[in-house]
Amino acid sequence: MAVHADNSKGHSIPSKVYLRVGAALLILTAITVAVAQIPLGGFNLVVAMIIATAKATLVALFFMHLKYDNRLYLLIFVIALATLAVFIILTLFDTLNRGRILPEVAAPIRSEAVIYPLDSARSGAIPTEDTSSGSNAPEH
Amino acid sequence: MNMNDNPHTDALQHHFADMEQQRESAKLGMWLFLITELLLFGGLFGFYTFYRASNPEIFYNAHSTLDVKFGALYTVVLILSSITFALAIYHIRENKRKQTLMLLGATVLFGVIFLAVKGFEWAHHIHLGQLPGKYYTFTGIQGTNPHIFYSAYYMMTGLHSLHVLGGLAVILWLMVRTRRGDFSSYYFVPLEMTGLYWHLVDMIWIYLFPLFYLVG
Repeated sequence: MAVHADNSKGHSIPSKVYLRVGAALLILTAITVAVAQIPLGGFNLVVAMIIATAKATLVALFFMHLKYDNRLYLLIFVIALATLAVFIILTLFDTLNRGRILPEVAAPIRSEAVIYPLDSARSGAIPTEDTSSGSNAPEH
Repeated sequence: MNMNDNPHTDALQHHFADMEQQRESAKLGMWLFLITELLLFGGLFGFYTFYRASNPEIFYNAHSTLDVKFGALYTVVLILSSITFALAIYHIRENKRKQTLMLLGATVLFGVIFLAVKGFEWAHHIHLGQLPGKYYTFTGIQGTNPHIFYSAYYMMTGLHSLHVLGGLAVILWLMVRTRRGDFSSYYFVPLEMTGLYWHLVDMIWIYLFPLFYLVG
């Protein structure tokens, strides 16, 4: 077993650690499904994201060995996550505030727009189509 | 050439000083690849955040067409596959090739279950006309614009499923190599790197599950 002792040093974690972390992940999955059945308003999303982040942290620290490995890999991963968070949050600064100047561009899609062919679609329920009807309207 | 007395000289490439340096270098490269994966999915998470923040009712109304039982099944199956993969790497480090092979086989089995059930679920949605963008024809959802939800759903779970498919192909190749005797406690870099990838794919699903199946 220890024929090549030069490389079997390092961070071999006992196998029961994987089983325990796996069990914790399964329990957290059950909890997040159970909590989602209770209506908490906006808190449902918050709770679901906290539980998902707890699970992702367990996966990163134990399955991906970040707890035991060179800290450089953890640093790379955390910097990437922070960069991603900056991208998304800065985008939201723009998109969530557009309505302050032009209320009609507050939402990227019109709430009354219905794209699937309801019976009323022919009678003008798709106001956004009006501009393009000149060039590529189907034959009547 | 200065040959050392190492019986596995082929596994150590000549530009590395020793196995540990080779392994650490591979790991650094793998992590850099993983963060490009993270940013690839990050664009879609940004899309999701933007549309859900501006039209929360679309996501609330449309998510009821997804079955939480499927979502939970995928999560459980992927967590089990992550456990078996981690244990496979543990066993190759103990030079237990047979157990490694069996655990890799279990990982593939869980991955195939994931894709098979996903395919079944998608076929059901497609049959009902719950398709993205202009192909959407289903009329059983209250409110307007449910196709936005389905655009995000197909792009994000689709890209994720492609990653599972790619991972499965690599794991099958690793099983061939394990059987051939390429890996031991001395050299197991491909197993370890694929494991990192597989765990990242699992981690992304951990977020996709509540974002699509558990919209509060």
